Amino acid sequence: MFGNFDFDVIQRSWVYLFTTGMAFTLKLTVLAMAGGILLGTLLAVMRLSSIRMIPAAAATYVNVIRAIPLVLVIFWFYFLVPYIGAWIIGSDQPIKVGAFMSSLITFTMFEAAYYCEIMRAGIQSIPRGQISAGLALGMTNSQTMINIILPQAFRNMLPVLLTQSIILFQDVSLVYVLSITDFVGAASKVAQRDGRMVEMYIFVAVVYFLMSFGLSLLVRRREKNTTVTS
Amino acid sequence: MNYNWNWGIFWEQSPYGHGSGTYIDMLLHGLYWTLATSFSATVIALFLGVLIGTMRTMPNRWLRRLTNGYIEVFRNIPLLVQFFLWFFVVPELLPENSGTWLKTLPSAPFLTAVVCLGFFHSIRVAVMLSSGINSLSVGQKMAGYALGFTLPQTYRYVLLPMAFRVMLPPLGSECLNIIKNSAVALTIGLLELTASARAMSEFSFQIFEAFTAATIIYLFVNVTVLMLMRQLEKRVAVPGFIAGKSDANRNH
Repeated sequence: MFGNFDFDVIQRSWVYLFTTGMAFTLKLTVLAMAGGILLGTLLAVMRLSSIRMIPAAAATYVNVIRAIPLVLVIFWFYFLVPYIGAWIIGSDQPIKVGAFMSSLITFTMFEAAYYCEIMRAGIQSIPRGQISAGLALGMTNSQTMINIILPQAFRNMLPVLLTQSIILFQDVSLVYVLSITDFVGAASKVAQRDGRMVEMYIFVAVVYFLMSFGLSLLVRRREKNTTVTS
Repeated sequence: MNYNWNWGIFWEQSPYGHGSGTYIDMLLHGLYWTLATSFSATVIALFLGVLIGTMRTMPNRWLRRLTNGYIEVFRNIPLLVQFFLWFFVVPELLPENSGTWLKTLPSAPFLTAVVCLGFFHSIRVAVMLSSGINSLSVGQKMAGYALGFTLPQTYRYVLLPMAFRVMLPPLGSECLNIIKNSAVALTIGLLELTASARAMSEFSFQIFEAFTAATIIYLFVNVTVLMLMRQLEKRVAVPGFIAGKSDANRNH
């Protein structure tokens, strides 16, 4: 079945695939994960806030983002970010945003909606008495949130956050729709240049499988160690 | 901001080849393909998912390992890569005649999208179903045996009907996921809703109107599916169980 296949193409191109493609994918994954968790936590705190309008605004953002496809969100931000940038610096013309910056903003904003729901569940899993305890010790609301509630919520939710990050790692492949050279983009360029689609896409699938599966095994092992014993 | 809004664009003639179509027709045509793809994929996902999910709860250890392997394979490869595998790789691996036949089919993107999404989501249905079965008390299975049912009969008449009801709410959100993921099919050339909005933005240069319309249509579809699922949940609820709890309380 593999008789007329030419797996040499992988040997010829793997340096390019990993140093250009996978480097982009990993950099984008890690930065979007950090940004997404920060923004997601902020959204979660907003959703649980008692100030009027704030929870509704945050909930609307989260629900709308979660209801539309990632590909559509990628298109939205790809075209919207130059205009928002122009609006911020007061320029007449849409500013130029690089491919990496544009996709980083997109994935941070998109994943924040998903991380928000995870962090919200994490915050709600902490007994209410802890807030009262913090306030009784003379801490302000934000001190209680930052020093007492959030660290525990984060620790409880770490396995879920990491699982979501593996999904993010896979989702990053969708920057392909903007013709960006991530891992899939690099592979498809080589595949089209050399006419070796079959070999390249099988290779891409195997690499993704090994990485995601390896990471999810690690997460499963960590899960046992991070649970806070009460 | 320096952007010329033109909301009237939807009623203007689109250069896209559907005879005398306006842009709104083009988007609705995209919606039709999104719904057709998602619905067909849901049918496949349900069929495969129920099969795999049931096998996963069987007493046989090898069946369980096989299904777990299946789940890991489809879970750990990005959806986009799975689309490419089905679209570019599978026809090459088939015998030459059927491979060529597949590649030259005019509806190849649609069929590929349906099969790909069906397999991709079947693993989630499988996980839902097997955890649904596992969430039932052991007594239910025992009761089945005690009534003289064989193992297949116990599944058919006792376990599966309950497990389906347990899995209805997550199944509803899975339907929404299938609709969302069908947008990835634009990478293999299926002109579904997102692709139509993208094409509209390229033809008309009214980028934000096109994406706003697509977003609103997606939200509308979401709300509709959620409402339908809630109706279904109410209709099939067993009094005194899970979703039927509120009914049971009302009777008291």
